Order: sequence, then C-alpha cells, then structure tokens
Amino acid sequence: MDTFLQIVANGLMLGGLFAIVAVGLTLIFGIVKVINFAHGEFLMVGMYLSFLLSTGLDVHPYLTAAAVAPALFVLGALTQRLLIQPLMSARDEHVQIFATVGLSTALMNLALLIFGADIANTPAHGVRSQVMLGEVRILTGQLWVLAAAVALVIGLQLFMKKTRTGRAIRATAQNRAAARLMGINDKFIYILTFGIGAACVGLGSSLIAPLYPTSPTIGTYFVLIAFVCVVLGGLGSIPGAFFGALVIGLVDALSGFYIGSDLREAVVFTIFLLILILKPSGLFGTRMNLSHVSP
Amino acid sequence: MLEVKNVDAGYGSTVILQDVSLHVEPGEVVTIVGANGAGKTTLLRTISGLVTPRTGSITFEGRDITRLAAHETVDRGVTLIPEGRQLFPDMTVRDNLLMGAYSRHARDYQDDTLHQVLELFPRLRERLDQHASSLSGGEQQMVAIARGMMARPKLLMFDEPSLGLAPIIVAQVFEVIAQVAATGTTVLIVEQNVFHTLKAADRGYVLENGRMVLSDDAEALLQNDHVRQAYLGI
Repeated sequence: MDTFLQIVANGLMLGGLFAIVAVGLTLIFGIVKVINFAHGEFLMVGMYLSFLLSTGLDVHPYLTAAAVAPALFVLGALTQRLLIQPLMSARDEHVQIFATVGLSTALMNLALLIFGADIANTPAHGVRSQVMLGEVRILTGQLWVLAAAVALVIGLQLFMKKTRTGRAIRATAQNRAAARLMGINDKFIYILTFGIGAACVGLGSSLIAPLYPTSPTIGTYFVLIAFVCVVLGGLGSIPGAFFGALVIGLVDALSGFYIGSDLREAVVFTIFLLILILKPSGLFGTRMNLSHVSP
Repeated sequence: MLEVKNVDAGYGSTVILQDVSLHVEPGEVVTIVGANGAGKTTLLRTISGLVTPRTGSITFEGRDITRLAAHETVDRGVTLIPEGRQLFPDMTVRDNLLMGAYSRHARDYQDDTLHQVLELFPRLRERLDQHASSLSGGEQQMVAIARGMMARPKLLMFDEPSLGLAPIIVAQVFEVIAQVAATGTTVLIVEQNVFHTLKAADRGYVLENGRMVLSDDAEALLQNDHVRQAYLGI
C-alpha cells in the first residue's frame, strides 16, 4: 500500500511537471491555431537561461524566472510576428506547422553549437531535498512545480474570463472577423498570446532546471508527453491540459512500476493513439473553430 | 459624412465591385438593395476595412479611411453588424456585448452604454449570463445589433439584418433599426428584403453585378418601374 501511495504521489508530481509545459502549448494552439513544435525548445532555451543566470549570479534558480519568463515572452512574440504571421495568408496552413518544426531544429542546433552536447547542471539550492507527506517522500522542487502549475492554470483562467484583454483573446479565437469588427487588432492578439504561451513555459523552465539536467535535446522528451496531455485534455483547453497532464503523470508512474519502466512511454503513446481514435476531442474538448481559415 | 468614390474591390483575382460611389449624410437612413451576389456585402466589408479597395477612395467625416484596417475603422466611429450575426458562440451575452465596447472611444462609457442598450432590448437582460449559441435566431440578431451599438458608432451599418428570420421577427428588427436611427445614429442598411428596407430608409441605392445602377429617395425607388419589376415582383 505504501508503495502504491508513493507511486501515485510520484505520478502526480510528474503530472505537475508535464502540466507546466503543456499549458502554454494548449494556449497557443487554442487561440492562434498553430501547433508550436518548437515549444520543447522554448523550454530548453529557458532552462539554459536559468542555468546561466543562476550560476553566473549565484542566485536561486527560481529567482531567474523573473528574467526568463519575460525573455521567453519576447521569444514567443517574435516567433509569431516574424515567422508565423507572414505565413498566415499561406494557402496551406500546414506551412506554419513546418515553420515551427524548422525553428525547433534551428534552436536545438544553436544550443549544440553554444553549449555542446554535454549536460548542464543547474545548482539545486535545496529543491532536490526530500520532504515527507504522511507516508510518501517527495522532492520539495516537485511540490513547487505542481503548486506553480495550479497557480498558472487558475491565473490564466481568471485572466481569460475577467479582463478585457482576456475576453478579446477568446473572442479572436471564436470568430476572428467579428473580433476585428469590434475594434480588436487580431494580429496583436496573436503576438500577445504566443508571447504568453511562451512565458508560461519560461516560468516552467526556471522550476524544472534545478530538477533535470539541461541538454540541447531536453525539450523533445517533455514536449512529446506534453502533446499527449494536451490532446487528452482537449486541444486548446487550459484546465484540460492540466488534468490531462495529471492523468498522464499517473499512467507514466503506475505503468513504469507495474508493467516495466522500459514500457512507460509505450503505454503513454498507446493511450495517445486510443484517444485519437475513440475521442479525438479529448476530455474537455470543445468544438474547434477554424474561422481564421476563411478571409 | 461617408463618401465612397469610384471604388473597385474584390477577393484575389475576382473583381466584385466596379466603380462604386455613394454618400451618406449625418442622421440619414440609407439602404443599398440588390440581388444575392450583387456585391452588397463586399461593399460593407470594404467600407469597414475587412476588404481593401484596389482603386477609389473612402472618406469618413472628411478623413481618408480607404486603407485603414478593420479595427482602426471602428475607432473612427464606423461599425458593421455582419451578415449571419457572427456572435462569439461560447461567450455569454454579457461578454458579447462588452466586446462591442472594446474600441478605445467606447470602453470608457461601457457601463452606461450597456444600460442604454438593455433599455432598448429588455429581453436580453434575462439572457445576459447565457451563452450566445443557446439563443434563438431572432434573439441572436438582437444581440448582434446591441453589440454593434455598444461601440457607440456614428455610422452603424447592417448587413442583411433580416436574413433567415421569421416575418414577425423581421418586423421587430426593422422597428429596432428605426429606434436606432431615432437616437441620431446614421444608418446604412444592405438588404435583399427590398420592400421593408425602402419603407424604413430615406434614400436608397440599387446595386447590380457590382455596379450602382440607380440612386434616389426611397419613396421614389418604391415607385420606380425597374425596382418594382426586378425586386418587388409587381
């Protein structure tokens, strides 16, 4: 029983980690309708920034979020403005997806060029120490990640529902032409949303950096799982991505123990395929509005 | 107030409007009638900035708005209530109305305007917290009109406001348009429902195959032989 509880706890902690990566991904998809294949590399860039800042200035990696999240906001906003927006009038919207794949490869190779293939270990500053919660042992850093993911989801939901800008973002996603007729600058909304989505993963990267060694390919692992979480929760749904991440975290931990640690990813991606076949709209999925495709 | 001069416009390589000119004076109710496909919707989309004209000019209150983006045109006081209502389906009626007041000059008066608009549409007060998609077609059209008014426009343009509505609702819509005009807002309506619209308007234009073929007082157009034969079936 203790073992089971410990595995469930591990799964939830892992879920928190996936959630903080998945939230920005689903936000960008839900509003801009672009699947950002460079999202994992945004995480990687953020982790390197955290590493450089916390070692260079000798500060706690969490504090670097104050610089990394805004830096990633700028990276995301520039991606939308300089890469995606010029392609928005392209006849085939898949061109935008290929562009993000290209960006992903470019960022990964840039990291290889600058940092080499060696891993960079961000100083832990105590977040790799364990705490006991009843019978289960958890890393303090994992608890902070889960707490941050919860706060991020609630914060984003409030922003989207209660602020004028948040309403304008939702309106643009639901009917772009009508949003323009309300006086909303749709191009600006897309730039802002891409920036916010990237800033979310920027926040995540400062929290993940002290827990995982940073390497040029670290993003690939996280983003593949994050895609599964996003699809499970329903593409575009922020609470969906969060709960999807918790489910996938649990599946990963339970299957790793009861089926075999080599087969964890096989189980996760089997579930991914089953969702795509059986319920492609996901747990929290709403109907997809692709009104941006028409002029 | 609004002056459209020799405008050509279209989509891609397709030319829809050719050499179209019209003017609207403050306080007027002007209508553009014509058959389906004549270019009426394209004309309103061009004025509102969703479509950019290839040649010609559009001025509003003496200032050139020919190349303004749609969101900038709204800031100048020109609002389009689009064909087919185009509400934000998964937002509440209240949020739909608040989006109407997004533009810079309208947001400071948002609460006052909402109050005034709800006086005009008492039915919507009960529906404020419902999703727009859960409303009937007639109610959705009322939300679309109310949302347009939330922008406090100087010129309010209606694209086919009666499309797809039951006759009794159509009558209500034209009543509402008359009330909007009575508040001093200038109105430009595009309609296939020629009889109702000419009854409600001061002046009218007839658009055929992308060209303006007639322009006169609404009364005179109702008596015009060509209009009677082509649009009123008399």
